Amino acid sequence: MVSQVSTHAGYLDDILARHHHRTNQLLQVLIEAQAHYGYIHTSAIDYLSLQLQLPRAQIEGVASFYSFLYLQPHGDYRVLFSDNITDRMLGNMDLMLSLCKQLWVEPGKISEDGLLFVSTTSCTGMCDQGPALLINNIAINQLTGERINEICVLIRERVPLLEWPAEYFEIADNIRRSDILLGSNFQSGRSLTALLQRGTAETLQQIKVSRLRGRGGAGFSTGMKWELCQAATGREHFVVCNADEGEPGTFKDRVLLNRYADMVFEGMTLCARIIGAKRGFLYLRGEYRYLLEPLLSVLQGRREKNLLGTSILGNNDFNFDIEIHLGAGAYVCGEESALIESLEGHRGTPRNRPPFPVTHGYLNQPTVVNNVETFAATCLIAQNGGAWYAGIGTDTSSGSKILSVSGDCERPGLYEYPFGVTVAQVLSDCGAKDTQAVQISGPSGVCIAAGEFQRRIAFDDIPTAGAFMVFDQSRDMFEVARNFVHFFAHESCGFCTPCRVGTSLLSNMMDKLSQGHGSACDLVEIEKLNLLLQSTSHCGLGHSACNPVLDTIAKFKPAYDIRLTHKEFTPAFDLDSALSQARQMTGRDDAGAHLRECE
Amino acid sequence: MNNPTFTLDGKTIPFTEGQTIIQAAIAASVYIPHLCFNPEFKAHGSCKLCTVKANGRKTASCTAQPQPDMIVESNIQELNDERRALLQMLFVEGNHFCPSCEMSGQCQLQATAYELNMMSPHFDHFFPDRPLDASHPEYLLDFNRCILCSLCVQASRDVDGKNVFALAGRGINSHLIVNASQLAETGFSGDDKAAHVCPVGVILKKRVGFVVPVGQRKYDLLPISALAKGD
Ligand SMILES: Cc1cc2nc3c(=O)[nH]c(=O)nc-3n(C[C@H](O)[C@H](O)[C@H](O)COP(=O)(O)O)c2cc1C
Ligand code: SF4
Ligand code: SF4
Ligand code: FES
Repeated sequence: MVSQVSTHAGYLDDILARHHHRTNQLLQVLIEAQAHYGYIHTSAIDYLSLQLQLPRAQIEGVASFYSFLYLQPHGDYRVLFSDNITDRMLGNMDLMLSLCKQLWVEPGKISEDGLLFVSTTSCTGMCDQGPALLINNIAINQLTGERINEICVLIRERVPLLEWPAEYFEIADNIRRSDILLGSNFQSGRSLTALLQRGTAETLQQIKVSRLRGRGGAGFSTGMKWELCQAATGREHFVVCNADEGEPGTFKDRVLLNRYADMVFEGMTLCARIIGAKRGFLYLRGEYRYLLEPLLSVLQGRREKNLLGTSILGNNDFNFDIEIHLGAGAYVCGEESALIESLEGHRGTPRNRPPFPVTHGYLNQPTVVNNVETFAATCLIAQNGGAWYAGIGTDTSSGSKILSVSGDCERPGLYEYPFGVTVAQVLSDCGAKDTQAVQISGPSGVCIAAGEFQRRIAFDDIPTAGAFMVFDQSRDMFEVARNFVHFFAHESCGFCTPCRVGTSLLSNMMDKLSQGHGSACDLVEIEKLNLLLQSTSHCGLGHSACNPVLDTIAKFKPAYDIRLTHKEFTPAFDLDSALSQARQMTGRDDAGAHLRECE
Repeated sequence: MNNPTFTLDGKTIPFTEGQTIIQAAIAASVYIPHLCFNPEFKAHGSCKLCTVKANGRKTASCTAQPQPDMIVESNIQELNDERRALLQMLFVEGNHFCPSCEMSGQCQLQATAYELNMMSPHFDHFFPDRPLDASHPEYLLDFNRCILCSLCVQASRDVDGKNVFALAGRGINSHLIVNASQLAETGFSGDDKAAHVCPVGVILKKRVGFVVPVGQRKYDLLPISALAKGD
């Protein structure tokens, strides 16, 4: 019986020892513990509670926050189809239904024989090579009907994942346009040497002169952030690299970590020297679990070259090392204070701010949190100087930006441009035809319609964390917005009332419109909800959750109008859908089992 | 030296270093609607009922600190409309059948809804399925009414030193759990602080139903704004 506590001690003792029984490591411990049975057993929680001296309710509270952790058996194969709009456009729903049909399982449920669980998950960051899925947290891309058929056979025959064809797990970088960063011929240690020659004060000055702004979305001045953190007092300072990359349509950090990890780690080390940190963390989203081992070996390589660890490059006052922490399926953990909570082993709930992480971050100590791309860019500045960097791009936005291009275009992938590039230019470079709209910076960003393609990628025009999803004339922009609204409802952390309830209300309203039960009143309601979310939500997720709907109502009103069958009144109760359970029980779905004319 | 001051709806309010806007307001006997805030505990900042405009920017007054000469607006239609919508959200996400609830008349959610003239739930009900926990000999947990303020979590952890409660789940599936398969197996007792902090009707003493008749209950006598110098 697996329910015996002693059964769990066997594997948990190892895991706990590796994490030094530290409670801050709780999330990491849970992720590893789950690998054992594919879920976290109740008795395993009891054992962890005993060993870590944490209340079991707290452990359960943490585990139940993250989508990829399960507290009940979830099958030997856990198949999660990436459900970004780009996956939808590539036909992921048909593929999922085909798999479900062949393996006799319902989406969202575990098969009766306990073999598999099939469901959807938020964007897995593979939009340039979708449709994509995760199987036991490992990515498989470029799904086709044929590949799904093969997968069904492998699952039915219970073939271990390790024996599946290697080409399933290949992931392409798809770098289509390189500029100063992707095109740099980075050599490990050169930025650090430049820093040591120039001195920390002068290097910080160069970062300020460069006018580099954060690449994770908010665009805060990196030089100022580092300076504030350096000036903050605390027991210890920390450097955190935000590799949560959860914004649907964004995948540039994945490629940076696959190919330019050395540069990213070197950027973190520059920061450590400047702010005086000895420890750093890279928070890697669970969807990129496959990058863990390669990243660990890059870190090891850097230690061997004395670019990390103690007495870096012979300076005995320069000690710094980096740990990698995994996420487990929670977009909100990209928000910096939620990320820090998660790093500390808690539920990923954004903190009350102020105070900000620069003064009260990890363990309430001064902490710099920067995006992957931001850290990589600091290496270029350390080597080539701030003035050189500031000379690239525009007045408000210096340097370059990497865009993750996906959707209706011939060449999806990464495109790096100096800031100031027009949307039209990017569209032309990626081979987009007949474009109706572009969603820039993901669901929380903006939707740009054809008349606006001369606008520029820059902080004072269209700011972006990198996502660039293209929709041609054949796409239904209402469905695009509906997909995004479902994303926010799924990812709301649930802490504050407006976002917890408001995102669900909003998805219900969009579903109601899509089923043809909407009226003009619903659009008014949506606008009211939006104001409420914007003005009272606790963090950026709630603030931006209505953006996709408002943008598409403003720019693609006809997509909504055709759904407003009821001009005045709003039938809240749908008689036909109330019969769905009866239909399911009787296995009927014919016309006679529906009440269409009663609407 | 005089304390610094800010103005709240035109009234001058003194404050001391470290005080939040709502703390200073309560000290000056001015009511700002709130639910998850309880003066005895660290502010959670989750319900957002206490949102005010501070120098024109909306912020939760239970976590934001005033600045000298700050202009704070609270009792204005724009904010009260938003507060009413937040209350409606709290009502539809749970199952609140006030007429049959033992806390009716002493519930902060209900009293605040009266205060802000909430006449209907407005949104469609979610009707969540939340089983009761009646395992404990003296106390009943009716999760249908939980507004996730976490006061019981804090009280049990920080005052009682017991950790009986915790928040679990995410998003709309967030819910309260106890530190065992049911309440009876935790060390929970009626003497705990946690037994007496719930602003709504989740944590209820058994067999004392309707000891105070309806009509004579706390908020039947005076509106919450008159009583709530904090509670
Ligand atoms: C809901 C939400 C999700 C976010 N996700 C990310 C993310 O995945 N990666 C990231 O770098 N920043 C993300 N951010 C922004 C971070 O809070 C933070 O501003 C950023 O990591 C700072 O780094 P930068 O200055 O280098 O951009 C997110 C913010 C919010 C509100
Ligand atoms: S806005 Fe949403 S994600 Fe952010 S704290 Fe509130 S519930 Fe959580
Ligand atoms: S049970 Fe009561 S005190 Fe505890 S979180 Fe729910 S509403 Fe708050
Ligand atoms: S009372 Fe301030 S957020 Fe609840």
